[in-house]
Amino acid sequence: MSARPMIELRKVSKRFGDFQALKAIDLEVAPGEKIVVCGPSGSGKSTMIRIVNGLERHDSGTVVVDGIELRDDLREIEAIRAEVGMVFQSFNLFPHLTVLQNLTLAPLWVRKMPRRQAEALAMELLERVKIPEQAGKYPGQLSGGQQQRVAIARALAMRPKAMLFDEPTSALDPEMIKEVLDVMVELAREGMTMVVVTHEMGFARTVADRVVFMDQGEIVEAAPPQEFFGAPQTDRARLFLSQILGH
Amino acid sequence: MRLSTGDPRLRAAAYQAAALAAVILLGWYLVSNTLANLEARRIASGFAFLGREAGFEIGETSLIAYGAADTYLRALAVGLANTFRVALIGIVAATALGALIGLARLSRNWLVAKLAAAYVEFVRNVPLLVQLFFWYAVITENLPGPREAVEPLPGVFLANRGIFFPVPAWSAVHGWMLAATALGAGAALAHARWARRRQARTGRRPPVLAGAAALLVLPPALAWLAGGAPTRFSVPALAGFNFAGGAHLSPEFAALTAGLIVYTASFIAEIVRAGVLAIDRGQFEAAYALGLRRGLAMRLVVLPQALRAIVPPVTSQYLNLIKNSSLAVAIGYPDLVSIANTTINQTGQAIEGIAIIMAVYLTISLVISALMNWYNARIALKER
Ligand SMILES: Nc1ncnc2c1ncn2[C@@H]1O[C@H](COP(=O)(O)OP(=O)(O)O)[C@@H](O)[C@H]1O
Ligand SMILES: [Mg+2]
Repeated sequence: MSARPMIELRKVSKRFGDFQALKAIDLEVAPGEKIVVCGPSGSGKSTMIRIVNGLERHDSGTVVVDGIELRDDLREIEAIRAEVGMVFQSFNLFPHLTVLQNLTLAPLWVRKMPRRQAEALAMELLERVKIPEQAGKYPGQLSGGQQQRVAIARALAMRPKAMLFDEPTSALDPEMIKEVLDVMVELAREGMTMVVVTHEMGFARTVADRVVFMDQGEIVEAAPPQEFFGAPQTDRARLFLSQILGH
Repeated sequence: MRLSTGDPRLRAAAYQAAALAAVILLGWYLVSNTLANLEARRIASGFAFLGREAGFEIGETSLIAYGAADTYLRALAVGLANTFRVALIGIVAATALGALIGLARLSRNWLVAKLAAAYVEFVRNVPLLVQLFFWYAVITENLPGPREAVEPLPGVFLANRGIFFPVPAWSAVHGWMLAATALGAGAALAHARWARRRQARTGRRPPVLAGAAALLVLPPALAWLAGGAPTRFSVPALAGFNFAGGAHLSPEFAALTAGLIVYTASFIAEIVRAGVLAIDRGQFEAAYALGLRRGLAMRLVVLPQALRAIVPPVTSQYLNLIKNSSLAVAIGYPDLVSIANTTINQTGQAIEGIAIIMAVYLTISLVISALMNWYNARIALKER
């Protein structure tokens, strides 16, 4: 394992108007490491991972991704975005393009890949997420679970070095959650660096190297899953766990 | 089957039959009454008057040669050509200006966005007729007479008689240059198709715009050189109280076109802005997250989706522009309505004159609607 972290946040703060969304966050993610981020709604989870690929700008602190520091230079931000895949809660597939075109768009225009090669790669990825037969359909013709698997494949088509997931299963009907989590577990087995915001604690137990618990813009705890679930250190984490595991 | 007056279907049919009968009766009454009145005033109905001599001059006859000795039909054709000239230039320019201002209003630059917003709010809240008078006054009142004309560029004159500018004196070489341009345009289309195939094959996209520009400019330039590079220009020159030579845009044409462009662009700008804003922010974010830059995200992801919402209301703006061009009558630009008016005044054939105006505008509107419906169906979103 190389010494350089894949993602490094140091004293990262972010405010929206008067509201302090992130308070001096520190986080390092090693290459190949899988992090699960959890915490109550509004605790800053989305803000944190959106800062990693420049969808939000941080006010202070440093963010380094794959050795590139995120500054105001748009070229550097674009370079980072090409290396970091992102999967959204609401899929955000391009509805005017077919599944295949959704997957080839960025390889064609950002990576300047020949079309035949981009399409071969897209088909290979659709095999991996187990929906090659949907290549010619439009996103509106697919189920939620299928759409999210296409979204994962679309991000993978850029051959990213790390993947960010923002609550990838919370917009799905219960019977579709498993098909998406299966794809993510598979991806983790292949060694992808992953930061996953999720409340799927089963997934966290199987896959995570560390669970990061956030509350009110701070990282309150960060520990391997057995430790975090077995012996949470803070009242805030105990309360949160009792709420999502309890009932 | 038993029919009773209580049967709702029967009652509905009876009402409809009665309504239809009333409309037919009213129509018959209007037609027969008009015919009787026309007969009483010894005005022959029908379109025979179109073949008679018009006897009036028209200030602008750009596309169709016309003199007072020509027929009413020819005069109306001149008016129609004048309407088309304004409408065509107006639609193209208003679309370009409107799209530009709509996107400017979405700019992240505060000043640009505010200026665009001020333009929209001001322009679309002042009645078009007032704006036409304004533009006409700007040109005819503020600009000096031909003797003191403003000359912003050598050979270009702004005066209260309109805008005068030099044009190349026509020679056979210009015919060849036109042909060369047509050839170049064909080659540019072929080049764009080749570029797309090449991008598909190798991933690299040859510079399409630069190639097209070269193909459009080089062939006519070569034809010009081969023809001995004629450089004779027809330059406007003061002759008596006005200019002779060169080309000329009348104050009426300039005011009407400027007014229609500025006014319609403000509506198109709002349609474009609303179309882009209606697209979910997540679409931009997904595009950015894949490494697409803002321009590409706009062009490949957001605008194709926004277009579906933009096309139908923009179509009705085109129709509005064409119909609004009939306000030409207020500033004395000889469009179709203005000439039909003169025709009606001289011949008394009001019904026929108005029928011609209505038929022409209806035809134009239906053709544009059909074209836009076809286009809209082509880009419709496929779902479910
Ligand atoms: N664009 C924004 N403008 C204003 N406030 C925001 C914005 N984005 C997030 N916030 C606020 O920041 C806080 C953290 O949001 P978020 O990171 O989305 O939390 P989480 O993902 O943990 O639910 C919330 O209180 C939210 O209301
Ligand atoms: Mg969130």
